[in-house]
Amino acid sequence: MPNHEKSAEHHVVPKRIYFGVFFALVVLTWVTTYVSTIDLGRWNIFVALAIAIFKASLVALFFMHVFYSARLTKMIVTAAIFWLTLLLFITMADFWTRGWMGVPGR
Amino acid sequence: MDSETVVAPSAAGAPPQHGHVEHHFEDASQQKDAATVGMWVFLVTEVMFFGGLFLAYFAYRQAYPVAFASASNNTNLLIGAANTTVLICSSLTMALAVHFAAIGKKNLIVLFLILTLLLGGTFLSVKAYEYHDKWVKHEVPGYNFDCRTDTGAPCADAAHTPLFFSLYFGMTGLHAMHMIVGVGILLFLITQARKGRYTPAWHTPVELFGLYWHFVDIVWIFLFPLLYLIDRSAMPK
Repeated sequence: MPNHEKSAEHHVVPKRIYFGVFFALVVLTWVTTYVSTIDLGRWNIFVALAIAIFKASLVALFFMHVFYSARLTKMIVTAAIFWLTLLLFITMADFWTRGWMGVPGR
Repeated sequence: MDSETVVAPSAAGAPPQHGHVEHHFEDASQQKDAATVGMWVFLVTEVMFFGGLFLAYFAYRQAYPVAFASASNNTNLLIGAANTTVLICSSLTMALAVHFAAIGKKNLIVLFLILTLLLGGTFLSVKAYEYHDKWVKHEVPGYNFDCRTDTGAPCADAAHTPLFFSLYFGMTGLHAMHMIVGVGILLFLITQARKGRYTPAWHTPVELFGLYWHFVDIVWIFLFPLLYLIDRSAMPK
């Protein structure tokens, strides 16, 4: 018999995990909606994005089976996050800091 | 499941090539892993595709914070949150459809694919209502554009509010387009599932479509806070 690494395709995730993740996602949706009505100053955006990143991670890990996936799949997902982070942070580092010094002609 | 226990189930009407291992693969398990990796590579390109729009959003929000805060308060918070919940429900039903495909419950696959279709349709209908609402309020950028707050006063930094609404329609529009494509594929999957094409040994299309559907859900999980939630409570100084 071929002896393959166990991967998501051969692993049936128990239904209760799906229901648990679903419950967490719905609760977090309404938590983030409620928190948005409270004035946290500049922290509103960080709280909203932190909750969104956590929710997205739950969906990817359990609904999309990344948690149970082969290493190759995990590497591809990590690469996507890495390049997206580069795209956003390096570009925004420019936009955030450009006004810090009174550059002539700006 | 061990590939040992994979037996061709009595899928009536299934053409013989389904579940068949192409000659360049060692076995069905390797074939499935290859298909899954291929789908993920496609989703990576989608991440970069949407990533460009997210970057545009962050760059312009940073440049015109007052206009973005003022304009984003014109989205409907309750409708947005409710629609997010609808989309999360559709992700659950999709995950369950894949689950029932993996354990070979034909009727439940069909049922949960139909539920996913209905919830996806509900999301799109609510989105259509929101678009219409924005249209009648003159919040579509272009001729007759006019951003006004609840009190009827012009939005703060009104000259730059079309940027927010352009990104709003661009990002939610591209997301909705992905949903519409998803609805089309769902219709196909439902007809195939009804014929009993998907078995524990071979249900790759259901599983890969599940990845696509959840990905579209993830995009919305980020669109919702960025377009509806931020600066809801206070205007930036």
